[in-house]
Amino acid sequence: MLEITNLVKRYGHDEAVLKGLDLKVEGNSVVSIVGASGAGKSTMLRCINRLVEPTSGSIKLNGNELVHLRGAELRRARRKIGMVFQGFNLLDRLTVMENVLAGRLGYVNLYQAISRRYPQSDIERAFVLMERVGIAHYANKRADELSGGERQRVGVVRALMQEPDVLLADEPTASLDPRTSEQIMVLLQSLASELSLPVLINIHNVAQAKTYTERIVGLRHGKMIFDGLPADFNKDALDAIYGGIDAPDDAITDTPAEEHAHDSA
Amino acid sequence: MTPPDAQASTPRTWKKPPFIANPLLRYGLILVGVVYLVWAFGSLPFNWERIAEGLPRAGRIFGGGFPPSLERYELLITGFKESFQIAIMATLLGVLLSIPFAVMAARNIAPMPIYIIGRAVIIISRSFHPVIVAILFVAAVGFGPLAGILTLILYSIGFVGKLLAEEIEEIDWGQVEAMKAAGAGYGAILFYAVFPQILPRQVGLSMYQLDSNLRASAVVGIVGAGGIGSTLMNAFGRYDYDFAFAILLVIIAVILISEGISGWVRKKIW
Repeated sequence: MLEITNLVKRYGHDEAVLKGLDLKVEGNSVVSIVGASGAGKSTMLRCINRLVEPTSGSIKLNGNELVHLRGAELRRARRKIGMVFQGFNLLDRLTVMENVLAGRLGYVNLYQAISRRYPQSDIERAFVLMERVGIAHYANKRADELSGGERQRVGVVRALMQEPDVLLADEPTASLDPRTSEQIMVLLQSLASELSLPVLINIHNVAQAKTYTERIVGLRHGKMIFDGLPADFNKDALDAIYGGIDAPDDAITDTPAEEHAHDSA
Repeated sequence: MTPPDAQASTPRTWKKPPFIANPLLRYGLILVGVVYLVWAFGSLPFNWERIAEGLPRAGRIFGGGFPPSLERYELLITGFKESFQIAIMATLLGVLLSIPFAVMAARNIAPMPIYIIGRAVIIISRSFHPVIVAILFVAAVGFGPLAGILTLILYSIGFVGKLLAEEIEEIDWGQVEAMKAAGAGYGAILFYAVFPQILPRQVGLSMYQLDSNLRASAVVGIVGAGGIGSTLMNAFGRYDYDFAFAILLVIIAVILISEGISGWVRKKIW
């Protein structure tokens, strides 16, 4: 269970990016976080695994406080938090297998890491997961030779190699074409239930958020202004989150978004 | 919008804006440059008599140099062998040592105090020309190839270390973040997210450095640090001009070949 309480993040002396967020994610629910650029979605996700240092507040994963961890303790905690990135962030010049095994770097020692002598169980797990997402035949290919969708699958498998207790996805589909991005969303959704893993997804595409996730959290100016079921996410909620301007992308197709677009045109 | 015919009467012209916008500053700088050149040539002590005396001597040297003679080729081969040994040893050790210093001198992955130490080492090893360093090392460890190797190691650390540090500062940070997010330690992050990204540059720089060390080994030999430079110095010392010219020609040939090879290798691995 992931429990965020009164999370504040301020860069320097500027206005806070996150202004006291509270969020609780339990079980294997898939939660999407929507909001305009600069609303603080990315900052919130990065505070959880401490790629960004929170200014104040509390973040607990299965009861363990994450905010004050340092050094080896922080690294141990990070192993349990998988992350998928918008730009994939693969090790481009290394093979797919090396990328996948890199998900185990928190568990192996430096000698094992450098000499690629990972435990047999890790290699087995790597093949199982790669087969699950259909990239096993690329094991020895260089990561930068793959297509966007394949690269993001490598990113997902790498995160799952960590045997995480929660999966964070920071706009995992924003660099992909529409069809591929649907495939990745389906994959995240089904993996969440197969591995009974809670997943937090930052996403710009509101239609995808409504289709593939079971809960939507809306951020605006660092505050949570919507938290509910996709069915309750209506035009009013959309206007509140994006400030009455057009939603970015092709956001909503099954709500009165078209009228809305004509209004302001 | 103004209608197009409003501007048709006066043809519009365009000139590239001057590099220095202020005309006063622009012409002032040119004037200062010209005045300085005139003053410098006027005040430097050129001794025309001596130059006139030297010209026939230069003629004699060049005359004596033709045709170049390879009679004493054993000396030439020994000298080149030593130069190659110096260059290869210095490149291997220098390039290896430059990696930790480059890591230390990269602002994005080194903490402040370490960064200052790393930068200091690189700046110091870059501040002196190899010839000056060679003079110091010859004084410290005596004549011979050891002084040459030490000199060129320092030279390689300075050059490769600096460029590598800059390369590290420009890596794709996302890969580092991904490794951090997986809970990887500092060493694992270096070997997975940093080194693979700088590898092509590293190989290219090593090839370039080998090339450059070979050239420099000829120069530092002149002050007594071994290699073909020493052979050349001896040949001149004994008025053996035809042999000296042969050495010069062979140096040019070797540098050309090594440049060709290193350029080819760098293109291949890019």
